[in-house]
Amino acid sequence: MTVVCDFEVLRPEQGVAALLPDGSQVAVFLTADGSLHALDNIDPFSGAAVLSRGIVGDRGGVPVVVSPVYKQAFELATGKCLDEPSVSIAVHQVRVRDGVVEVT
Amino acid sequence: MTRTLVVIGNGMVGHRLVDALSGSSWRIVVFGEESRPAYDRVALSSYVDTWSSADLELAPLSGAEIRLGEKAVSVDRERRIVVGASGVEVSYDALVLATGSVPFVPPVPGRDLPGCHVYRTIDDLDGIRATVEAADRPGRHSGMVLGGGLLGLEAANALRGMGVSPHVVELAPRLMPIQVDDGGAGLLKRLVEKLDLTVHTGTSASSIERDGSRLIAKLANGLELDLDVVVFSAGIRPRTDLDLGLELGPRGGYLVDAACRTSDPHVYAIGECASVEGMTYGLVAPGYAMAEVVADQLNGGTKVFPGADLSTKLKLLGVDVASFGDAHAQTEGALEVVVNNAVAGTYSKLVVSDDAKTLLGGVLVGDASAYPSLRPLVGKEVPAALLQPGGNAADLEMPADAQVCSCHAVTKQTITDAIQSGVACDVAELKACTKAGTGCGSCVPMLKKLLTDCGVEQSKALCEHFTYSRAELFEIVRATRITTFTALIEKHGSGRGCDICKPAVASILASLNNGHILGETQVSLQDTNDKFLANLQRNGTYSVVPRIPGGEITPEKLIVIGEVARDFGLYTKITGGQRIDLFGATVDQLPEIWRRLVDAGFESGHAYGKALRTVKSCVGTTWCRYGVQDSVGLAIELELRYRGLRSPHKLKSAVSGCARECAEARGKDFGVIATENGWNLYVAGNGGFTPRHADLLVSDVDTETLIKIIDRFLMFYIRTADRLQRTSAWLEGLDGGLEHLREVVVDDKLGICDELEAAMASHVSDYADEWRGVLEDPEKLARFTSFVNAPGTPDPTITFRAERGQRVPVQLGIPEVVR
Ligand SMILES: Cc1cc2nc3c(=O)[nH]c(=O)nc-3n(C[C@H](O)[C@H](O)[C@H](O)COP(=O)(O)OP(=O)(O)OC[C@H]3O[C@@H](n4cnc5c(N)ncnc54)[C@H](O)[C@@H]3O)c2cc1C
Ligand code: SF4
Ligand code: FES
Repeated sequence: MTVVCDFEVLRPEQGVAALLPDGSQVAVFLTADGSLHALDNIDPFSGAAVLSRGIVGDRGGVPVVVSPVYKQAFELATGKCLDEPSVSIAVHQVRVRDGVVEVT
Repeated sequence: MTRTLVVIGNGMVGHRLVDALSGSSWRIVVFGEESRPAYDRVALSSYVDTWSSADLELAPLSGAEIRLGEKAVSVDRERRIVVGASGVEVSYDALVLATGSVPFVPPVPGRDLPGCHVYRTIDDLDGIRATVEAADRPGRHSGMVLGGGLLGLEAANALRGMGVSPHVVELAPRLMPIQVDDGGAGLLKRLVEKLDLTVHTGTSASSIERDGSRLIAKLANGLELDLDVVVFSAGIRPRTDLDLGLELGPRGGYLVDAACRTSDPHVYAIGECASVEGMTYGLVAPGYAMAEVVADQLNGGTKVFPGADLSTKLKLLGVDVASFGDAHAQTEGALEVVVNNAVAGTYSKLVVSDDAKTLLGGVLVGDASAYPSLRPLVGKEVPAALLQPGGNAADLEMPADAQVCSCHAVTKQTITDAIQSGVACDVAELKACTKAGTGCGSCVPMLKKLLTDCGVEQSKALCEHFTYSRAELFEIVRATRITTFTALIEKHGSGRGCDICKPAVASILASLNNGHILGETQVSLQDTNDKFLANLQRNGTYSVVPRIPGGEITPEKLIVIGEVARDFGLYTKITGGQRIDLFGATVDQLPEIWRRLVDAGFESGHAYGKALRTVKSCVGTTWCRYGVQDSVGLAIELELRYRGLRSPHKLKSAVSGCARECAEARGKDFGVIATENGWNLYVAGNGGFTPRHADLLVSDVDTETLIKIIDRFLMFYIRTADRLQRTSAWLEGLDGGLEHLREVVVDDKLGICDELEAAMASHVSDYADEWRGVLEDPEKLARFTSFVNAPGTPDPTITFRAERGQRVPVQLGIPEVVR
C-alpha cells in the first residue's frame, strides 16, 4: 500500500493524483456520499496524466469522472468508459487507515 | 439529345428556377447582368449592417453555366439565339425571361445629378455609401427618400444605419398607401418619427439642384431640404428593355398565360418581369411559384400558376406592419372592426363581410403577432370570439391548408406532417426538409408554435440534472440569491451534477459576483482550466497568458515576460489577441511563474475562462495618419472595465481608429470603430467555426454612451444566453433579432437598463485579480501540486524535445488499455 495523503486533505467531488513506487500514477476521488475511488491517472484518449483534474459528477446516477482533455466519462467504481464501451482503465484498491488514505 | 435552356436574369427568381431544375436533363445557361452571384434581394437592406455581399449570397448552384456580368443584348426568336454583351451567342430550345424590375424614377429635374440613387442592387447601396462617405457635413448627414412605401421606409432605415437623418417624401396622404389604411398609417408615422425620420406626406419633390457639395431639394409644398444624398424609391416597373417583339401586359411586363408561357411557345417569363394573365407581382413568393411552374412545364408537367396572396408582414424600423386580404374594405358592403390603442401604440382593423360572418382582410400596425393566424382565415368564417373586445387572434386554431410560410408556399399540413412523421424535430430540421422559414424568416415563430402544438418538447434543459435552460437558471440564482451549487441542485435539480452543469453554474455564480472562483464551494465545479487558472494543453501541461490591455506593453514588461519564459523553459508565441502565450508549464510551476509576473505588475489574462479575453486595438490617432479617435486609449479602458467578467462563452473585442478597420473589430463579440463624431458599436461578430461579421448597433455615439450601451449589451447577453453560446448564435436565436436587441439595450423597452448597468457597476467595483488571490492564499496554493504524496516531484510523463529552438511536447504514447 502506498500512502496518498491525510483523509482531511481530500475534498468532496474532487480528485488528487499520487505517485506510486513504480513511477505510475493513480487518481483518488472522494465523492459527495463519502466514498473513495482510485483509478489510473492517465487518460487513455490523450495519454496525458490528468484524470485527477477532471470534473466529478454522475451520468444517469452512475458516479463518473470526466476527462478534462476530450471529455469522455469514466465510471468511478469500475474504470469503464461510458462513451467508448470498449475502453476501460485500471481500478486501484483504496482504503483509509488511521485517517490516512492508501492505495495499491 | 440534350436540350438547352437559356435563362436571362440571375436574380432571385432565375436562381430559384435553376435550383428547381437541378438534376434534370436540361443543359442550362444563365445570363446575369450583375457581376456577382445571385443574392437575396429581399434582405438587401441588411447589407448595410455588414457591407459584406457574401452574407446575402444565395446557395451556389451546380450544373448550370452561369455567365456573370454578361447582359443579354438581343434575342433572335426565329433562329432561337440569345446574344450576350460580349458577342457570345447561345442557341436555346427554351428561353426563360427573369429580368426583374427597374426602379421607377419620377421625372424630377435634377434626378440624374451625382448623389441621386435608386435602391435595387448591391451596387446601388455601394453607390449610396460612397456618396455618404464623401459628404463633408459636420455632424449627422441628411438624406431624402422619395417614396414612402415599403421600400422607401426600408431605404430610410438603411440611411439611418449609415449615419444619415432621412426625410421621407410621399405623394399620397399617408405612408405605405398600398398596404395600410389611414388609421394604421397615422400610427406608423408617429412610431417612425420617434426614430429620427422626418415624414412629409401629400407632397413631392419639384426639383433637385446641386449647391457645392450639397443637394437642395424643393418640395411642392414650398419646403427646401439641404441634403447629402437622395434615394428614389417610388415604385418599380417590370423590366422589358430586352425587346423580343412580344406582347406586354396592361401594366408592362412580358404577357404570359397561367403556365408562364408567352405567345412564343419556346419563351417563358417569370418573376417581376412577367405579367401573368395581366397581373404583375412585386414580391418574391409569387415569383418563386412561377419558377416552380416553369420547372414543372420544362420537365413535361402541367402545373399552372395559381395566383398569389399579396399579404405582407414586415418589421419596418422595428415597427410591425401587416396587411392581408381586402385590407382597404373594397368588397361591396364590407364592414370594418377597428381597435386603435394609442397608448400601447397598436392598431388593428379586421375587414369582414356584410353579415359579419366571413373574414375578408385586415391591417395590423404595432403588433402583428396575430397575422399568422389571421391570414389563413381569409375567405373563411370569422370565429365569433375575434369580434369580441379582448378577442385574441394569436390563440386561434389554423386550418390545415393554411399557408404558414408564404415565401415558399408551405402549408400547415406539410409542416405538421413533417413533425408527426418524425422527419423534423426542431426549427432547423423543418427548414431543411420543407424550406419553410428560409425566406424572410417571419414565419419562424409560427414554426416554433406548431412544434409545440404537435407535442414536440423543445427541450432547453441544460443537462440531465437540470430541466431549466441556462437563462432560467441564471434568473433562479439571481432571484433566490443561492450561492452554492449544492443548494441549487438540491432545490432545483436532481442527481449530483456533471461536467456540463457544474461549470455552467460556476460561471453564473461568478457573473453574479460570488467571490474568488477557487473558493471552497466553487472549486469542484470548475473545469481544469479554471481550476488551475491556465489553459490545459495536449500533454497535460498548461499555458500562461498575462493580460496586456489593448496590446500596449512597455519594453520593461516585455523583458519580464521574456525572462520568465526563458527561466522556466516555456515555448513562447504571440497570439491573435495581441498578447503572449507561454506554453509547457507544469501545475507545480504555475504559482512560481505567476509570482514573478504579478510582482512585475501583470494580471491574469483569463485566457482559460469563459470570460473577457482581449480588446485588440490599432494605434489610432496617436500614430496613424488616418486615425480619427484614440483607439488604444479606448481599448485599454474597455479591457480594464470588463476584465474578469464571466460569461456564457468567451468574449472578444477590438477597437479601430478609423473606418479602415485595422483591428478587425467587426469579427468580435463587440467591436468599436471610430468615426469623425464618435464611435460606431458593432455586436455579435466572431471568427472561429462559423465566422460572422458583427452588426451595427449604434452609430456616432460619444464614449460615455458607448460604454453604457456595451454594459447593457454584455449583461443582457450574460443573463439570457445558453451555455457556450457565443454572442453571434445568441443574437441569431433572439426573437426579434437585432431590432429587439436595440429596443432592449438602446431604447430600454423592457425597462431593465438600470438593472443591467448596476450589475456591471458592481462587477467593475468588485473585480480582483484571480492570480493574486491564489498567491495570497496558502490553501489555494496547495492545490498546485502534481502529486499529493510527492509535492515538488515533476510528472514523469511530461517530456519535451526541441523544435526551431524552443521546447515542444513529446507526443505521448497511448498507454495500454485494459479491455
Ligand atoms: C430593398 C428591397 C426589399 C424587398 N423586400 C421584399 C420583401 O420583404 N418581400 C418580398 O416578397 N419581396 C421583396 N422585394 C422584392 C423582391 O426582391 C423581388 O420580388 C425579387 O427579387 C424578384 O426576383 P426577380 O428574379 O424577378 O428579379 P431580380 O431579383 O431583380 O432579378 C433580375 C435580374 O436580372 C438581371 N437582368 C435584367 N435584364 C437582364 C439582361 N438583359 N441580361 C442579363 N441579366 C439581366 C438583373 O440585373 C437582375 O439581377 C424587395 C426588393 C427590394 C429591392
Ligand atoms: S484603423 Fe484607421 S486609425 Fe487604425 S491603424 Fe488602421 S488606418 Fe490607422
Ligand atoms: S414566410 Fe418568409 S420564410 Fe416563411
